[in-house]
Amino acid sequence: MRNRMELEFSALSQNESFARVTVAAFIAQLDPTVDELTEIKTVVSEAVTNAIIHGYEQNGEEKVYISVELNDDTVNLTIRDNGVGILDLEEARQPLYTSKPELERSGMGFTIMENFMDEVKVESASGQGTTIHLMKYLSKNKALCN
Amino acid sequence: MSLSINLEVRHPVLLIRLDGELDHHTSEELRDRVDTILEERKIEHIVLSLEGLSFMDSSGLGVILGRYNKVKSFGGEMVVCSISPPVKRLFEMSGLFKIVRLEADEQHALATLGVA
Repeated sequence: MRNRMELEFSALSQNESFARVTVAAFIAQLDPTVDELTEIKTVVSEAVTNAIIHGYEQNGEEKVYISVELNDDTVNLTIRDNGVGILDLEEARQPLYTSKPELERSGMGFTIMENFMDEVKVESASGQGTTIHLMKYLSKNKALCN
Repeated sequence: MSLSINLEVRHPVLLIRLDGELDHHTSEELRDRVDTILEERKIEHIVLSLEGLSFMDSSGLGVILGRYNKVKSFGGEMVVCSISPPVKRLFEMSGLFKIVRLEADEQHALATLGVA
């Protein structure tokens, strides 16, 4: 059964925790493993932090948008901002690359998203914001079949 | 859920105990509080005790790497202990274990740095 929710909140760092906990609470109805929930909370945190720091350069007047769609055992997450966009996507996705070394960013955000999710798609252009689509299959149904 | 930061100087080691969630929001306070002590006290090494750390993301990796660079510039080292499997996974993914030593608990970590 298809089940959807949307969130819209100010691009403030104190909302990073709110975003990951809320998404995890919605996904909990699919009965994911503890590891799967941790992975999803981590990728939400990465994408929302990117939107706040890079997309909006910490302008808390702006908004971050999340939508989550559950389809049987599949989680589809979309995290969007209307910020500055990413100039060079390939460079941004390299492990340890950061455009803001002065802020002590680790450059591991996209690497973590790619490791923790089954699919990562990024749509971005200079001045046109960034949309990240993340998809994950939960292991629950597979485990029940065994 | 926020982050509780407990800092204890066990000369010449700064013992940092973290409880809660380390993300972009909470990493700023951690950075400021640790850097104040690094500037004011004669610290050589850092022990990060992470038993109570229930969540961490790449912002946490960034602030840890930044503090590592500081103690390294003093000729010191960073030791991490009591680490949970999810946090350990992020350390492994980022290659942090190539520069930060892992010990089982605080007592072992402090002993390897000459603090009884």
